Amino acid sequence: MQEFLQQFVNGLSVGAIYALIAVGYTMVYGVLQLINFAHGDVFMVGAVLCLVLARAFGFVGPEGVTESWLAFGLVATLAVVGCGALGFLIERLAYRPLRDKPRINSLITAIGISLLLEYGAQHPKMFGATPQAFPVGLLGAGITKPLFTVAGVQVGRVDALVLGVALGLMLALSYVVLRTKQGLALRAVSFRFDTAALMGININRIISLTFVLGSVLAAVAGILYAVKYPKVEPLMGLFPGIKAFVAAVFGGIGNITGAVVAALLLGVIETMVVGYLPGGSNYKEAVAFVVLIAILLVKPAGLFGRNVVEKV
Amino acid sequence: MRNRLTAALLAAAAVPALVAGLLLPAAGCNRQSGGAGANAATIVVGQVASMTGGTATFGVSSDEGLRLALDEVNAAGGVLGKKVEVKTEDDASVPDQAKTAANKLLTRDKVVALIGEISSSRSIAMAPEAEAAGIPMLSPGSTNPKVTQQGEFIFRSCYTDTFQGKAIATFALKDLKLKRFAVLFPINSDYGTGLRDFITAAVKAGGGEVVATESYTESQDVSFTSQLTKIKGANPEAIFVTGYYVEAGLIAKQAKELGLAVPLLGCDGFDSDQTVKIGGPAVNGSYFSNHYAAEETRPEVKAFVDAYRAKYKNPDGSPKTPDAMAVLGYDAMKLMADAIKRAKSTDPKAIRDALAATKDFPGASGVITIDAERNAKKPIVILKIEDGKFKHVSTIKPE
Repeated sequence: MQEFLQQFVNGLSVGAIYALIAVGYTMVYGVLQLINFAHGDVFMVGAVLCLVLARAFGFVGPEGVTESWLAFGLVATLAVVGCGALGFLIERLAYRPLRDKPRINSLITAIGISLLLEYGAQHPKMFGATPQAFPVGLLGAGITKPLFTVAGVQVGRVDALVLGVALGLMLALSYVVLRTKQGLALRAVSFRFDTAALMGININRIISLTFVLGSVLAAVAGILYAVKYPKVEPLMGLFPGIKAFVAAVFGGIGNITGAVVAALLLGVIETMVVGYLPGGSNYKEAVAFVVLIAILLVKPAGLFGRNVVEKV
Repeated sequence: MRNRLTAALLAAAAVPALVAGLLLPAAGCNRQSGGAGANAATIVVGQVASMTGGTATFGVSSDEGLRLALDEVNAAGGVLGKKVEVKTEDDASVPDQAKTAANKLLTRDKVVALIGEISSSRSIAMAPEAEAAGIPMLSPGSTNPKVTQQGEFIFRSCYTDTFQGKAIATFALKDLKLKRFAVLFPINSDYGTGLRDFITAAVKAGGGEVVATESYTESQDVSFTSQLTKIKGANPEAIFVTGYYVEAGLIAKQAKELGLAVPLLGCDGFDSDQTVKIGGPAVNGSYFSNHYAAEETRPEVKAFVDAYRAKYKNPDGSPKTPDAMAVLGYDAMKLMADAIKRAKSTDPKAIRDALAATKDFPGASGVITIDAERNAKKPIVILKIEDGKFKHVSTIKPE
């Protein structure tokens, strides 16, 4: 039982990171019906930028790492802001010109942007292909210690940080979406694009806002991921990105709550497969995907998706 | 419409995965050195190394060692009255690319011999190319037994995992007096699965017990918490990690976070400054087997370490201390030059025969004698990680 609970906590902590990425996927899909495949790479840029900035400011140098939450907060904030700007630019330069064109054009452009970020970052002048250690020491030496133990179940400080930040951001996001004017506009745009424009909503502004919000969440996820797994490399966004996308579909694409629940579920399933099936670590992805297919067979619109009847 | 869209989306999810899969091997750019048309005034030797990617420190270190040896060989007048030139191809730490790189060197650059790779999986991938071309290949650091079984032209100038696995297991049983072990191994690595078998066999033969065996996927998995939670439940006294340094660092860190306070035991794959950078204080107290210790007092070691520290600097300008891959690259180059000299010709077959006849060659990592299976028998050292530094604990002689 104790082991089971521990695996559950491990799974939640993985799932929380998927959730932060999945929300960005699902929001963009909600307003634009576009799968933004570059999203997983914005996640990577968040972690890379954080590391590069920490070096540029001299927080990470040959003499060691500055142990300061303030320093970490500074570089993390700058990296997140940078990624917000990146999300804005991606939409403005790559997707907006194609908005009236067939959707497949945007999809292929999204894959192009994704590859551009991945392989661009591999250039030695940018970041390089070699995995580099993320300076977890910025958060102080005690960060690797467990925060508390309940009935033999360890909750690490990093896990608590990941879960806490994810939860906080989700609450903030639901406040923005459900309680603010911008959020109302966002929901209107995602409900009916052209009608929203007729109601006097500036669609371009709302779409830019969506991309910025999504990218900010992805960047935070990237930084948390790097704190948890301190290996930063240009392809680090590939698998988390795909899994978050799966979670977004799983939860009912376009549905924010669905994405969060599905991402947490996916994290837990994956962990349990490794934990309880013999040789599970070899096919954890396969099992997670089989579960996904099974659910989509029963509920084709995903866990929380609505079946919309197409009027002919 | 929504339903069909969801299905289309699922299909679309496969696209980037596929595209990335196709492009992955193309990652990292090649080092174009010199170009074709080997100058008759030089002897051209090819090197395949992981200059970038998941085990980049292996390639960079062995290349630095090799270049140091090359400078010394050429400063002493070269070989057979000619200068030696080394052409390097990067394989981005990917086995398929090691094969392509070897092919490029064999067909375009017409090298007379190949040096490479460090990783066993990549050496095994490129060995058939060298064998088919009849060009001798000398691996500086691949320890899996299967490497030299690829053919008569494939050699290594380091020990094998049969010896290494037994050495670290015996050290854990006899010197650390531990009995219960867990093994965590990379399923997609010849090196890792080979060591798993040799260590498990040696632990059992020595009266110990393997209480848990778990796997992970190398250069893909970053979360090991489920495996470690399972291992924790089996209550071992130490964990053997038979992979490379990036994963070793991550595993150490996550084990600490789970409150699993037992030492990690590993092999030469741990030897990189990145182990400490990624793992942080969590790697302290770990032990690993290695090819040499920089603090050894043998004159060959001292001369090598001094020359290396004079030539290479850390990013902050302080002299760089060579790791094992550096000394292995150095020895491989020196041995290759010596073999060409003894062959008295650049004929690949003659070089092969000279390599096979190597006896008591004084390498910096130990005296090298090539046996009938084209392997070197050399002593092994055990290092302990203390305060982020590698400390020499013991030396084990080959049987």
